[in-house]
Amino acid sequence: MSATIVSLPDQSTARIPKMNYLSKENGLLSWLLTGDHKRIAILYLISITFFFFIGGALAGLIRLELLTPQSDLMATDTYNKVFTMHGVVMIFLFLVPSVPATLGNFFIPMMIGAKDLALPKVNLLSWYLYIIGGILVLVTMITGGVDTGWTFTTPLSTHYVNTNVLSTGLAVFIAGFSSIFTGLNFIVTIHKMRAPGMTWFRLPLFVWAHYAASILMVLGTPVLAIAIVLLALERTIGIGVFDPAKGGDPLLFQHLFWFYSHPAVYIMILPGMGVISEVISTFSRKRVFGYTAVAFSSVAIAVFGFFVWAHHMFIMGVSNYAVLVFSLLTMLVAVPSAIKIFNWTFTLYKGSITFETPMLYAFGFVGLFTIGGLTGVFLGTSGTDIHLTETYFIVAHFHFVMVGGMLMAFLSGIHFWWPKMTGRMYPEKISQLAAVVTFIGFNFTFFPQFILGTLGMPRRYASYPPEFQILNVFSTAGATILGVGYLLPVLYLTWSLKYGAIAGNNPWQATGLEWQTQSPPLTENFATMPIMDHEAYDYEWLEKQNQIQQKEVASVG
Amino acid sequence: MSENKEHALHIVGPRIYVIVFALLLLGTATTIWASYVDLGILNPIIALGIACSKATLVVLFFMHVKYATKLTKLTIFAGLFLFLALVSMTLSDYISRAWGSW
Amino acid sequence: MSDNSAIAEGVLETAQHEHPAHLRHHFHDVEQQADASNFAMWLFLLTEVMFFGGLFTAYLIYRNWYYPAFVSASHQLSIPLGGFNTLLLITSSFTMAMGVWCAETKRKSGLVLCLILTFILGLGFLGIKAIEYSEKIEKHHVPGFHYSLNSFLDPDSDAAAKAAGDKPLPLDVARHTEIYFSLYFAMTGMHALHMIIGIGILGFMIFRASAGAYTGGHITFVENFGLYWHFVDIIWIFLFPLLYLISRH
Repeated sequence: MSATIVSLPDQSTARIPKMNYLSKENGLLSWLLTGDHKRIAILYLISITFFFFIGGALAGLIRLELLTPQSDLMATDTYNKVFTMHGVVMIFLFLVPSVPATLGNFFIPMMIGAKDLALPKVNLLSWYLYIIGGILVLVTMITGGVDTGWTFTTPLSTHYVNTNVLSTGLAVFIAGFSSIFTGLNFIVTIHKMRAPGMTWFRLPLFVWAHYAASILMVLGTPVLAIAIVLLALERTIGIGVFDPAKGGDPLLFQHLFWFYSHPAVYIMILPGMGVISEVISTFSRKRVFGYTAVAFSSVAIAVFGFFVWAHHMFIMGVSNYAVLVFSLLTMLVAVPSAIKIFNWTFTLYKGSITFETPMLYAFGFVGLFTIGGLTGVFLGTSGTDIHLTETYFIVAHFHFVMVGGMLMAFLSGIHFWWPKMTGRMYPEKISQLAAVVTFIGFNFTFFPQFILGTLGMPRRYASYPPEFQILNVFSTAGATILGVGYLLPVLYLTWSLKYGAIAGNNPWQATGLEWQTQSPPLTENFATMPIMDHEAYDYEWLEKQNQIQQKEVASVG
Repeated sequence: MSENKEHALHIVGPRIYVIVFALLLLGTATTIWASYVDLGILNPIIALGIACSKATLVVLFFMHVKYATKLTKLTIFAGLFLFLALVSMTLSDYISRAWGSW
Repeated sequence: MSDNSAIAEGVLETAQHEHPAHLRHHFHDVEQQADASNFAMWLFLLTEVMFFGGLFTAYLIYRNWYYPAFVSASHQLSIPLGGFNTLLLITSSFTMAMGVWCAETKRKSGLVLCLILTFILGLGFLGIKAIEYSEKIEKHHVPGFHYSLNSFLDPDSDAAAKAAGDKPLPLDVARHTEIYFSLYFAMTGMHALHMIIGIGILGFMIFRASAGAYTGGHITFVENFGLYWHFVDIIWIFLFPLLYLISRH
């Protein structure tokens, strides 16, 4: 790893620009009442990091319990609460907002050449709704938690538990609106606020990915909302829509719940895929192979993603014909994801590859998401799903795509855009170490779980047959390593805020509009409104710009 | 400095509104009358058909969609399409349960 | 520190503020702003379509499963009241559309009148809804609150069932009427909640309209609220036949 593309200004004379979005105004209120999409992104970044570590602590408790075959660390009811809250926090308070609310908020306006999102006040409202939802989840945890699993499966959640289903439901309902408003804002912005010359097919693929995810947010989340409303009515008044004794069908809840929650997984992964497109292009110095295919595949994932939800319900009592149809459709939805992997791979082919930290995470993503995605095909095939569902195979599958995939993409993006957001570089060596530690820790944690699942260990159980212990111990050991890998960035990124090298405008020599302005950016993003006159990922254009700049400096100096 | 392009070009006037209003009232009366007549399987079809027509009138004229951009029309279509997908695909499970095992 | 001249010559922002007060600075002009907020409103309405969509899905499933129970249960609803309510709501849509026209043509007093009429019609709708609901409460047709099957087991004891000529239902079928009423209250309740919110906003708009806020060329708020109000009307256009007119023959 000797080559690097990092191009920093002369550190002895470089300074953080005096006028930027961070220095513009001071004081708590200027942050809490801001309309600046960049400040809101930072607010989100801090909040989701906080909730990530709460979810992570809960994961630690799960892995601790599973060190031994007996349910001896905590009561089984408590264990149920722990994995439920882990799911709720990680999905609704971390994964769903992760890239969109931080990197999306920060960079979509900049990437399209706009001054802000279309609806800044709605953006701020989004954050407040997120915080209220998050606080409600914390209150729920403190007042006894909920133990139904994050999926609130009926009739367990309606008739057989007396834990805080309602408050968790309310928290998710509110957080859902946060998500809806973010997606709505993005769609309007991308349609209506592109700079002159910024046609749809000159947009960075990061923007396409967020556009697709936003469609899912806007159209899918309301169905979750109504599912929660009906769940609440069922629990409180006992209206009977999900109660077999009154003629209702518990599966109806599951249909409505999964109608959102399947697209939700695409809401979570698509923005990460957008990050990977940017990072792989930059660190192989090549335009993304098959731009149009990648752009359209993002939208295809969004569209097809709406038609496969019942593959989460194969064993729940849906009709055999429904199983057949949904299984076939699930095969279809894998195709656009695979197209992306092919295109990223071909982007790398004959590129000038360097291994800075964002690229390490991107490589991790490509490998681990491929494994996770392929195991999804086993689960989408109804025959094998009957054996594998509700086992650790499922747990491993979704952790591979979400943690090995999405979380790595998030870290990749944070590192990639850290210099732009803060004006400072993170320390490269320790961050590369953290990336490798994360990759190793991840595989140790979750690969054994595929084996456990195939051997039949059920999920959501605090105890298991003793012959599964060795693999569980491996998994917990891996989780410890993984924890270190996640802790390191918090430490060195915070360190870099004061001591990191000054980054300058474009340390990666990347082609996006956001890299053609100062780091950290001005509040209004650009001093003069850009006009887009070149294609996306146009490294020749960048080279020309650099030559023009050098001539200017030479002629002045 | 003009307002939204649509308004500069297409201000929908009271005449159209009155006509649509009358049609909506007529539709309401018709659908009430039809529910008292036994038309077998046609009853729900007619009821939904009248409701859809009334809704279409409201969307096209009261909500100005007839004069709106392609984007607005596409947006509405996307929402309707997904709503229909939700209803039909969920219903397909329920209806096919009665068909038995294979 | 100025921008990298890598960006091709851009349009220099005018430092002077020669634009309407209501133009937000991240937009180029009022056209873009109005366009964007109109599109945003439509997207919000899409979320409402999917929200109510879940309820309609539930309704269609259970109507399919429990048709006889749904028929009998629907006979408990009053067509005169429901029909009159439909009339009120359609008229309020008409007055709202006229209100938007008044705003577009800068007719301030016309706008205020139309908004007030819409407001009153909306209140009227809610008033009749309240009457209908209290009737249900009296007859113990509210699921979860001492729900009573008497009207369906013994239709002669109930005026509405008798008038519709209902036959007594077997016990297991009669039980399913509770599902009908669950959906009735969920759907009309959710609809009424949206109307209450709309009426609240209408109240606010009447004040602002009297001050001339919407007749100076900036009609976005009225226009977008109009979209919301028409949408709520459309929901009722479907609720009325589905809940009240299942089968009256």
